[in-house]
Amino acid sequence: MSLSAAYTALFYVAIVIFVVGLGLRISKYAKTPAPLKIPTTPAPVTQGGVVLRMFREVVFFQSLFKGNKWTWIFGWIFHASLLLAFFRHLRYAMSPDNILWPLVSLEVVQSFGKYAGFAMLVGLIGLFGRRIFVDRVRYISSPSDYLMLILIFAIAASGLGMSFVAHTDIVSLKAFVLGLIYFNPQPLPSDPLVLIHLGLVALLMIIFPVSKLLHAPGVFFSPTRNQIDNPREKRHLSPWAAKLETNERS
Amino acid sequence: MANFETPEIKEYPTIPLIKEGVMAHSKPFISKDAFQQPLGFPGELLDNWQDVAIEKMGEMLGKYRGLQVFLDSCVKCGACTDKCHYFLGTSDPKNMPVARQDLLRKVYRRYFTFAGKYFPKLVGAVDMTKEVLDDWYSYFHQCSQCRRCSVYCPYGIDTAEISMAAREIMDAVGVGQKYCNEIIAKVYKIGNNLGLPEPALRDTLEGLEEDVLEDTGVAVKYPLDVKGADILLVTPSADFFAEPHVDGLIGYGKVFHAAGASWTISSHASEAANFGMFIGSYENMRKVALRIREAALDLGVKRIIFGECGHAWRVAYSFLNTLAGPFDFLDPRYPVPQHICEYTYDLLKRGALTMDKSANDHMRLTFHDSCNVARASRMGDLPGGQFVIPREVIKASCNHFYDMNADTIHEGTFCCGGGGGLLTDDLMEIRVKGALPRMSALKQVVEEHGVTHLAAICAICKSQFSKVMPYYGFQMSQIVSVHQLVSNAIVLNDKQ
Ligand code: HEM
Ligand code: SF4
Ligand code: SF4
Repeated sequence: MSLSAAYTALFYVAIVIFVVGLGLRISKYAKTPAPLKIPTTPAPVTQGGVVLRMFREVVFFQSLFKGNKWTWIFGWIFHASLLLAFFRHLRYAMSPDNILWPLVSLEVVQSFGKYAGFAMLVGLIGLFGRRIFVDRVRYISSPSDYLMLILIFAIAASGLGMSFVAHTDIVSLKAFVLGLIYFNPQPLPSDPLVLIHLGLVALLMIIFPVSKLLHAPGVFFSPTRNQIDNPREKRHLSPWAAKLETNERS
Repeated sequence: MANFETPEIKEYPTIPLIKEGVMAHSKPFISKDAFQQPLGFPGELLDNWQDVAIEKMGEMLGKYRGLQVFLDSCVKCGACTDKCHYFLGTSDPKNMPVARQDLLRKVYRRYFTFAGKYFPKLVGAVDMTKEVLDDWYSYFHQCSQCRRCSVYCPYGIDTAEISMAAREIMDAVGVGQKYCNEIIAKVYKIGNNLGLPEPALRDTLEGLEEDVLEDTGVAVKYPLDVKGADILLVTPSADFFAEPHVDGLIGYGKVFHAAGASWTISSHASEAANFGMFIGSYENMRKVALRIREAALDLGVKRIIFGECGHAWRVAYSFLNTLAGPFDFLDPRYPVPQHICEYTYDLLKRGALTMDKSANDHMRLTFHDSCNVARASRMGDLPGGQFVIPREVIKASCNHFYDMNADTIHEGTFCCGGGGGLLTDDLMEIRVKGALPRMSALKQVVEEHGVTHLAAICAICKSQFSKVMPYYGFQMSQIVSVHQLVSNAIVLNDKQ
């Protein structure tokens, strides 16, 4: 099997694991009831308020900001750059006739996205440093916690390597990606940086549904953050708790 | 005073360096068969306890979304590591919230996740062994379920929920905690945590009526089991005799008297506390809560009001409607239930109470936000009413009020150190050490503002402070009830 074929296969496997794995987890979260009202108060008393609270958590990491400024700043830089880099990469997965093309080819997305890689490294180094130097954080870290940072660091570094050091054949790379999307496999440029970068991204997708990266869907399902504070006004009853009642009163 | 050292209050709050294992010896007494059976738990450690524990964990993962999401989502960011009063007071790293969660998470990972099944070392997953169980018993009884950690966690991971789940699993395999389970068994048998039977209760309340009459010349009533009364007062049983709790109860009676309200206490539901929450048992919590519904129906009241108690208010405000509702047989004009502070505050706002603040001029006060009120409930209509309303009641009753450092009040409040089922003599060391952050903040206002008294609205806080304050050079009499201040200041006249 050629290298291109191996990578094509790898990506299909990774995508299936990512989508199916994540889908199963999310459906488990959605299906499991939260039998009691446990929002961390003061909490919003309306649905709109909850949406705002969630927005502040996801976009600004509000609770983390209250908790620890250093972790917040490094963590926020890392995630913001991750998001920018993600948008920038969409260009490789779209043909110019796509309706989103004008958006992803905006100057901000493309040039900021390019430098976001460096910001990402700064954020990751900061987070890694805390893990090593703060005794409390060192105590709670498992090998997987270090490896996750190293993995993302390696992805970012190999990506920057292609942008700034050893340019790869971006045209045939794009052909490879579009080939994946349209089930029409194309050869992959075979310089080492591309192979490393793509291999690690596939690995990240594979471990996503079985690792702490589940925090991304998790935050939306956290009852302490997504519940409305209205227990006196509206009776909250889970299906299994309702079963306890049917036998006694009716 | 004891075989441990009281931590030293530092000039500035500091985060200690970790010292592994220094609190591993702290364990509460184990529950006996006689207290386990009434709660539906085995009397001693089962032979096949490992299987039962894992099966129970699996069952709970399917019943509690919080547990499932919290166990998956932690990224070990460390933001919670310096937020727990038990860590700050002991330096034991297993008292860092995330490390406490990890005691359970590492077992969860081993049995329920792909990574833990096939790469246990990589993600720190371990088998459910006796050593792990011992660690659980020790450290899940060094968590007062105060939820302070959940405020600062980016995903709102609430270690209280993890502690409750761990205690539920331990009960299921037969290692319960004596203090909590004995008390719940007493509620089932007699109706309150203290095991105070109806005649003793009646006696106590009559005694209060005599005392108040002697003190004020006004015949304030403390009614028991009065059918057809408008208001059912459910209050922690400590209010019936402990100091300073009883002064609060006297205050509630005076407020009802001044408002001309018809009210009663119930001997069937003579307990606001609900220790079913501490042990994480929905069934037991529900059974205790249903007594309040039964009492309300039996007495034919129109409203339910809770006395000063923190976790009781959480169960009342957040869970009562779920556990024992719907309360469609009560007067729909009032929230069910209400807090006594909400009730008094409404009267104050309407100008219905005459207050002589100078009656409390011998005190300079500060207020301790109890964790369960602050982070797990509300008062009034607006988020944060639980901070405003008690303070307004205090300010209406005295001339000298000063808040403690902003990092230690409101949603950031530090636990008294005795909540969550730890208020027992066999846990004295952790209780004293866990009080350090609160005592430090108190000392600061004592020095800066000449504060003399700490007011609280929780029976556990009051008992805990009167016990631990002497360890820090304060006196036990420096803790007061909020409605004790009301009681001192309220001006009664006999026509009311
Ligand atoms: C809804 C989207 C997301 C939100 C709200 C979110 C939020 C957070 C927060 C608040 C932290 C803790 C602070 C920190 O350590 O940086 C964190 C950590 C982390 N996030 Fe995310 N995240 C999201 C998506 C992602 C995605 C898609 C990835 C990866 C590809 C990711 C990777 C990580 C990693 C590796 C850490 C741990 C950093 C460390 O070890 O210190 N996150 N996330
Ligand atoms: S709930 Fe409170 S006592 Fe328990 S770990 Fe969190 S901060 Fe500590
Ligand atoms: S703050 Fe939350 S995510 Fe961070 S270590 Fe603590 S429990 Fe885990």
